[in-house]
Amino acid sequence: MSLGILKKRIGIQKQLDDFLDQVSEASLLFRQGVDMFIGDRTEAFDEKIEQVTAIEHRGDQMRRDIEKQLYIKTLIPESRGDVLQLLERMDTLLDSCKAMLWQFKIEQPDLPEEIHDDLNELASYSVESIEAIVRSARAFFRTSPEFADHIHKVSYWETESDKVSTRMMMAIYRRDDLSLCHKAQLKDFIRRISQIADRAEDVADRLSIYAIKRML
Amino acid sequence: MLPVFLSSGLFLGWSLGANDASNVFGTAVASRMVKFRTAALVCSLFVIIGAVASGAGASHTLGKLGAVNALAGAFMVALSAALTVYLMTVARYPVSTSQAIVGAIIGWNLFSGSLTDTASLSKIVTTWIACPALSALFAVALYLPIALMIRHLPLHILTLDSMTRWGLLLSGAFGSYSLGANNIANVMGVFVPVAPFHDITLFERFTFSPEQQLFFLGSVAIAVGVFTYSKRVMMTVGSGIVRLTPVAAFVVVTAHSLVLFTFSSQALSNTLHAIGLPRIPLVPVSSSQAIVGAVIGIGLLKGGGGIRWRTLGGIASSWVTTPIFAAVICFVSLFFLQNVFNQKTYRPIEYELTPLAWERIILVPGADTSMHEQLDDIWLERFPNAQTFRQALLDRLPTAASTIPAIMDIAEIDRFRVTEEGIEGIDASYLNEEEMQAVRELAGQVFTHRWRLEEVLAESSAAWRARPDDAVFNAERRRKLKYLVDTLRSPAFQ
Repeated sequence: MSLGILKKRIGIQKQLDDFLDQVSEASLLFRQGVDMFIGDRTEAFDEKIEQVTAIEHRGDQMRRDIEKQLYIKTLIPESRGDVLQLLERMDTLLDSCKAMLWQFKIEQPDLPEEIHDDLNELASYSVESIEAIVRSARAFFRTSPEFADHIHKVSYWETESDKVSTRMMMAIYRRDDLSLCHKAQLKDFIRRISQIADRAEDVADRLSIYAIKRML
Repeated sequence: MLPVFLSSGLFLGWSLGANDASNVFGTAVASRMVKFRTAALVCSLFVIIGAVASGAGASHTLGKLGAVNALAGAFMVALSAALTVYLMTVARYPVSTSQAIVGAIIGWNLFSGSLTDTASLSKIVTTWIACPALSALFAVALYLPIALMIRHLPLHILTLDSMTRWGLLLSGAFGSYSLGANNIANVMGVFVPVAPFHDITLFERFTFSPEQQLFFLGSVAIAVGVFTYSKRVMMTVGSGIVRLTPVAAFVVVTAHSLVLFTFSSQALSNTLHAIGLPRIPLVPVSSSQAIVGAVIGIGLLKGGGGIRWRTLGGIASSWVTTPIFAAVICFVSLFFLQNVFNQKTYRPIEYELTPLAWERIILVPGADTSMHEQLDDIWLERFPNAQTFRQALLDRLPTAASTIPAIMDIAEIDRFRVTEEGIEGIDASYLNEEEMQAVRELAGQVFTHRWRLEEVLAESSAAWRARPDDAVFNAERRRKLKYLVDTLRSPAFQ
């Protein structure tokens, strides 16, 4: 345990922070992307897709790097498994942001004017939940007392996004001007966006348990 | 013959190393916070340093309980203790070397008719009970500020990890030091009065007393135990003691080390005495029980759930069962060793109020000339052992019981002749010329009491006289006198 290892440890610490930055950045790109798709700004949307794909790729690499180092140097042996699971779940969140934008790109759904605002709201709630889980993870790593605060916000935003998605689906299925097929496609989009918040809440649940385990 | 007789002590040391190293480094190694090799190295090194540097305190207390005065007897005392530890470990009974050795010494006392010093015994037993309690107290006192610190300093998980690693290593080193200082008396204490060693000086600077040489051998045996067998014990975490997080392990090990340090540090005891507090008894205690005490302390702090009260009951009963078991084993095996294998397991100590002693006893503080009348009928009567002599004194001096230990010291018969061969057998490089000269002048004389030889030497030469304000010189003089008497009196020269 020389100074060299201490330096490397600071290195991993920075990598962990960088990885979380990627997750949060991906969520922001996702919100911008949805906004641009609704606003029909195709070029800008494509740019966001490229950015989020690059970030997802970088995130994967970082995660693998961190995992390898944690195992090779047998760091935090007690909570190593938990940290690795946390990283993998965060990576899944990052993936779903990317996958969602690609789904827009592939399916090019026809979004009726009336649901534009709601869709924007739904996306922003999902993003808020990701932001909150990223802050929780940072607080978890730093054993910060603000941890409980952030964790609580994740559930809050998940509930909000549930409310919006239910409201949207109710409205869509009560319309007569859309075919069932169109309704089903819209429902799929709404459900998958709100699923991002669900996933964030799952991560938050696990994280709370890790935090309890980490207490002395 | 010496290596053969020492072997039982070394075996006891080996099993102590195999078992107790896991108290100090168990959680750290099992949770992979510290590599086994690092742990074993640090543990061995600090056990040896602790044993050699400050093992004497606890060993003196054991010596007062009963001074085993024949090598074969010391062998059997250590072997019975080792056997007790082994058998009780097999029976999955919480056992401590400290309790086994005390029982075995009492067994020897009973067999040889020596007295068991009840003051020392009660001091030892009180310390056993105090040990887990004090450990629990220390653990709580450490846990609270550390938990507070972790909660309020936003330490990164990796920073905390690195701090915990260093903490575990440091507390482990401290724990090993204290373990060596406190428990070496169990391993080698019984051999101190009988091993024919004398001071060795290395590089003309470091002097090692016979006691320290024995302790070095014993601690090397402990180190061998650590390297050869302790890994297995460390890996079986969860048997008996709760699985701990690394930070909790740090607290527990530090509390344990503080307790062992408290009960073995002469310096700490002296400091407390100097500021008017009572001295701490220096007693070998159980490392495992200190650990259990600390774990329970933390458990109680967290509300008392999950504490295994059965373990606690087991510990309390072991305070009684272990010594009794060891005493019985020791008594029976001494009988066999003496009568079947014809080994001398003790040197009978006889008592007699000889004319020399007769004059001396009235000089004992608290005694006066009336004592001569009271003891008149046992004048020149030979008593075969301490117990009968003490009873005789008790019957005749019911009001002056406090003078009895001093009278017994004076009346102890230790008859030997200073022969030419005996003087030849003295290592002349250990005693200086002036001291040797005084010894040579005694050639041919016969002594009935050990103190008489000391008196005669002090009268004839300044080199053998105690200096009132030179503690180091006086301690060395005592060791030289012990060596001198041991050599002159040894059967080969009589």
